[in-house]
Amino acid sequence: MNRVSGATGANGSGGDLLRIEGLKKYFPIRNAWKRRIGWLRALDDVSLTVAKGEILGVVGESGCGKSTLGKTVMGIHRPSGGRVVFEGNDITDTTPYEARSLRRDLQYTYQDPGASLDPRWKIGRSLDEPLVIHTNLDRAARRAAVRGILEAVGLPEGHLDLYPHEISGGQQRRVGLARILTLQPTLVVLDEPTSGLDVSVQATILNLFLDLQKQFDLTYVFISHDLAVVRMICDRVAVMYLGKVVELGRTEQVFDRPRHPYTQSLLAAIPQIGKGRITETFWLEGEPPDPGNLPSGCRFRTRCPRAEPRCADAVPPLVEHVAGQADACLLSAGG
Amino acid sequence: MDGLLAVTDLEVGFATESGLARVLDHVNFRIGRGEIVGLVGESGCGKTTLARAILGVLPANSARIGSGAIDFEGRNLLDEDTASLADDVRGRQITFVPQDPFSSFNPVFTIGAQIDELMKWKSPAAEHGGGMRRYPRARRRADRERVLELLRTVQLPDPEAILRKYPHEVSGGQRQRLMIALALLPEPKLIIADEPTTALDVTIQAQILKLLRRLATDRRVSVLFTTHDLGTAYEICDRITVMYAGQEVESAPSDEFFAAPRHVYTTRLLQSLPSREHGISGIPGQIPGLVEPPSGCRFHPRCDSASAICRAGRPGVTVVGPDHLVRCYHPVEGGAGEAAA
Repeated sequence: MNRVSGATGANGSGGDLLRIEGLKKYFPIRNAWKRRIGWLRALDDVSLTVAKGEILGVVGESGCGKSTLGKTVMGIHRPSGGRVVFEGNDITDTTPYEARSLRRDLQYTYQDPGASLDPRWKIGRSLDEPLVIHTNLDRAARRAAVRGILEAVGLPEGHLDLYPHEISGGQQRRVGLARILTLQPTLVVLDEPTSGLDVSVQATILNLFLDLQKQFDLTYVFISHDLAVVRMICDRVAVMYLGKVVELGRTEQVFDRPRHPYTQSLLAAIPQIGKGRITETFWLEGEPPDPGNLPSGCRFRTRCPRAEPRCADAVPPLVEHVAGQADACLLSAGG
Repeated sequence: MDGLLAVTDLEVGFATESGLARVLDHVNFRIGRGEIVGLVGESGCGKTTLARAILGVLPANSARIGSGAIDFEGRNLLDEDTASLADDVRGRQITFVPQDPFSSFNPVFTIGAQIDELMKWKSPAAEHGGGMRRYPRARRRADRERVLELLRTVQLPDPEAILRKYPHEVSGGQRQRLMIALALLPEPKLIIADEPTTALDVTIQAQILKLLRRLATDRRVSVLFTTHDLGTAYEICDRITVMYAGQEVESAPSDEFFAAPRHVYTTRLLQSLPSREHGISGIPGQIPGLVEPPSGCRFHPRCDSASAICRAGRPGVTVVGPDHLVRCYHPVEGGAGEAAA
């Protein structure tokens, strides 16, 4: 832990809301006869902390384990190893009864809120349901709570009587968010919350996240592949590649001076209007290796332009070479 | 610029349960030879419908082509008979790169078998005129050589092995490289790429954009590149046309487009992109339904500058700069800095 304290423990205040220590999640790979032929290491020894009130971005390409991270923290996946500590309590192995009260404070939004709303339920009923399960409020109090939350996410009251297919994708996200906020959680894991939205709608949804964060004193883990969005709204960012955190630090530091070659290539790939065109400047070749059959040592070495023989020998640890920014690259130790 | 394709005044509607959806409202659009044109807009703006209209693959039972012309090298594709279009234009002179390369392959045949089938009909050496013919062995061998060469050109590792694989055995990035290779095989004049990088990761997207740009330039192929992402359009396009709710609103060379956009919608769209300089600002309101679209300029209900004339009729084309066309009664002033910011 102290190895990466500055980058992982936010601001040294000790106010960590969520602490993840050496978290692992391995999925079995089975052949046609259901015999296990290997492990897919979706999360491999991931450690990070989230301070109260901050927005931690988790970025990476598909298959890097960022959604698995969110789901394992939530208890949707059972971890293969490591600990998740939330508000000082180890929640790695909770009984279903304990898990229920925990879920009030720890909430997760799915990538596609349209699919997580029951198509045969009116919006009002979907919003009422979490209150029925988690609280002892009577009908009138629940109604008042639902109305309040609907207003907070910027939807008209008339929407309570609509079905999910009658509202737009942006509005479905608002409903999904309202559904979570009715329980007044402290930490919300947002899994690709703006994917599939048009940019003009995405902008209003992002502003809504920021408003709600202030209004309800929320902490976000913001999982996204969209680096431009992450740069806009996150305080700190964790970059993942094939189940490992390869770089972790304050957003502006990571984006302005990325140290890990993978972060550098990821940033070089984002289209930036008015800057050099990536069709002329992009340099990364190749595709990620098969996650069921990972290279030894640093997992990025097969694509890394700076790879040396020693990169194959050991898995580079996440080390803080610069205050507030840790990276897992052997070569960055020297300079 | 030397014209290759010109769409004039094209009107397309779709019959739906609630009435006729006016998906393209008298759209004008053109592509020069060797030019990469970005057709940019949010969902439901009609960019895919326009691409499909040019390919001639609109669903026959619901699409209603009202008026207009699609002029491709001096022939109006809307007047041609379907057999000659299928034989000579589609898949030969105009090819297509889809958004989702996976569903475009048949999962039960090897990639090689599917490419053979394509080359039987559409290889540059294949005769015109169709009919069930055998595939002469000499031509098959020559075609196979061309295919392998092209697969190397799109930087696919070990092309012979890839031809023996099934579609699920290759990655998304490789499938999109295959699709680009297939689109180039008949030596077309125009490639229509419909959101070709949307399903890909950002580093793979960068590789594919780089590849497409290089191949289009080397072979002087024109590309119609539809995308919802202005950033992607910036990276690859020579010229950009923006559509909103079935109307084209602005068209300009790429550099001019991003430095000095003139249509209100375009400026607001650029401001919606997350950026540290100006924060995030969305466009209030929603994209209108197309069954009963707003009158006149369809952006007027969401536009700050809208006035009575915007509701009364659609603005005509104003030329505001070299090759820079805008359809707006109240274009944003050309002071480049503040408009782009």
